[in-house]
Amino acid sequence: MKKKIANWGNYPVMESDEQLFSFDDQLQKLVKESDHFIPRGNGRCYGDASLSEQTISTLKYDKVLSFDTKNGVLECQSGLTFDKILEFIVPKGWFLPVTPGTKFITVGGAVGSDVHGKNHHVDGSFSNHIVEMELILSDGSTIICSSIQHADLFEATCGGMGLTGLIIRIKFRLKKIETSYIKQKQIKAQNLDEVIRLFDEYSHYTYSVAWIDCLKKGEHFGRSILILGEHAKVDELPEKFKIDPLKLPAKKSIPFPINLPSWVLNSFTVKLFNFLYYGKNFKREIKNVVSYEPFFYPLDAILNWNRGYGKKGFIQYQFVLPLESKQGLIEILHRISDAGLGSFLAVLKVFGKQESMISFPTEGYTLALDFPVRDGLFEFLDELDNIVLKYGGRLYMSKDARMKPEVLQAGYPRLNDFKKIVDQYNPKRKIRSVQSDRLLTPQL
Amino acid sequence: MSTVLLLGATSDMAVAIARKMAAQGNNIQLASRNAARLAPLQSDLKVRYNIDCTVHEFDATDFNLHLSFFESLPVKPDITICVFGYMSDNKVAGQEWQESAKIINSNYTGAVSILNIVANYYAEKKSGVIVGVSSVAGERGRQSNYIYGSAKAGFTAYLSGLRNSMHQYGVNVITVLPGFVYTKMTADLKLPPLLTATPEVVADAVASAIKNKKNVIYVKWMWRWIMLTIKTIPEGFFKKLRL
Repeated sequence: MKKKIANWGNYPVMESDEQLFSFDDQLQKLVKESDHFIPRGNGRCYGDASLSEQTISTLKYDKVLSFDTKNGVLECQSGLTFDKILEFIVPKGWFLPVTPGTKFITVGGAVGSDVHGKNHHVDGSFSNHIVEMELILSDGSTIICSSIQHADLFEATCGGMGLTGLIIRIKFRLKKIETSYIKQKQIKAQNLDEVIRLFDEYSHYTYSVAWIDCLKKGEHFGRSILILGEHAKVDELPEKFKIDPLKLPAKKSIPFPINLPSWVLNSFTVKLFNFLYYGKNFKREIKNVVSYEPFFYPLDAILNWNRGYGKKGFIQYQFVLPLESKQGLIEILHRISDAGLGSFLAVLKVFGKQESMISFPTEGYTLALDFPVRDGLFEFLDELDNIVLKYGGRLYMSKDARMKPEVLQAGYPRLNDFKKIVDQYNPKRKIRSVQSDRLLTPQL
Repeated sequence: MSTVLLLGATSDMAVAIARKMAAQGNNIQLASRNAARLAPLQSDLKVRYNIDCTVHEFDATDFNLHLSFFESLPVKPDITICVFGYMSDNKVAGQEWQESAKIINSNYTGAVSILNIVANYYAEKKSGVIVGVSSVAGERGRQSNYIYGSAKAGFTAYLSGLRNSMHQYGVNVITVLPGFVYTKMTADLKLPPLLTATPEVVADAVASAIKNKKNVIYVKWMWRWIMLTIKTIPEGFFKKLRL
């Protein structure tokens, strides 16, 4: 069906012929008869990675195939979303091995973006937990791959933005939990140096992430709130939670009804928000036990929060810089603060070690910021790209809608290996997106 | 714990109804012409809802096999939900008898055939629930869709009579009129959001109709009034409309 589609950033918006399927034979037919397409899940990447004039949606292909409750191994079709998985694994004492800040993503999307979470420094990215997966290739044939079987295909599929084939089935390992609660600790940091020191000091925590105020200058430059967490054990719960330690959080969500006019977010309102957010933590340190829902998915409670950035949409800019490039982080934060382009939400995290072909995470500091689309933004982001590259960093393709191919090439040293594998399994680039047309097709 | 038989279990609506009924703790029997397609849904229901689920070969238009199909079920269902149906282009169906016959047999004849068998069993047992998913298209024939509409009209009338006849046995018969539904079948149509239900909304309505022993339900309330309006238009005027 022809319809207008966009991903989470609402930029770009395009008309696409979207095909749905429920069964393997239907998918086979679609793939064989299509002249080109890109697989698409729940549209929660931010930019143009799952956009194309022709898309194959996995959303009706969402069945659980098996669940080994003893060893915590789950097998499902690629269109199943994390929120549905949590509903049945949590009561049985299991949790997702890795989860990003939204639970409204499909498992196929999790692999295509090789998503990371607050536990990256301990558990790695999502691909680290995959036992095996099955793909349908552009010619309609199917193939099973894992880190030992067709390892080249496996590696290029994890973080490969759907370009190797459409993932049909994934088997992955879950994490054992005693309770559905998180023992949380929040620490206020006066400035960037302090928060970086705190990340190091608390690196033994399974989950860690910092909210950072990008607009603050002077001695409070980079003031932050570091958020740490551990899965709570039963004996660590308050009495009232002990009755049902694996209880699912109540479903509460407020829809965001309209697109806010884009002028609503300006440097004044963002400063005000940041002031209130920082100020709400009155004490330097807060410790409490909360359900997993507000800890991992605070923004999911407001459905369509992306509408807050207005009709023109926004770009989420996420990069990673090597650990030795703290100076680069400072330089970028200064540029953002000076430009006053306003970022509502800036999130800082320290990644652990990771060797991969095309996955985004690699050891270092990663910062994610939102910028409403407006005149001059793309030129500004090009300048930021140059700083990121100067310090040996790279950008996250799942967030991207505008980077230049040379920026990708410079950031991913094994990009040519990736392209070779894509060409082998996806000849003539039958599987392609607006993003891959922009980033991979131009000859460098 | 009850057992629910879903006749025609491969549609989006059937998947949503199966999940809803399974979430309420019912065991599920999935029946469809292409039973091999049902294996993923079977595992999905078992894993997610900790219930038992079986898969059965059933062709709505192969009337001769309906009795043996029902007799072969390992457990007789307490609730039978008839979801199968088939719609295609009215113009094509008007030209090709095979296509018309398929529409009539899938939406009407096949349903009568299998539900007669189920109803006889429930009458003897003096309990049971039958749910038939019919269509608002059966409320009045329109030039764009009257072959499908007439088959559904027949099905709606059948359910109405069945409800009347089953009442004395304490068997509840429910007619479900979903209106527009977002499914693969309607993916190519531009549907008005206010009048269109998701399969999950239809499933919720079916579950609540079973619980509250309803007779006829419109999934979206506006449809009751829309159809009432359409039905009251005088024929002399109606025949000139392009609907």
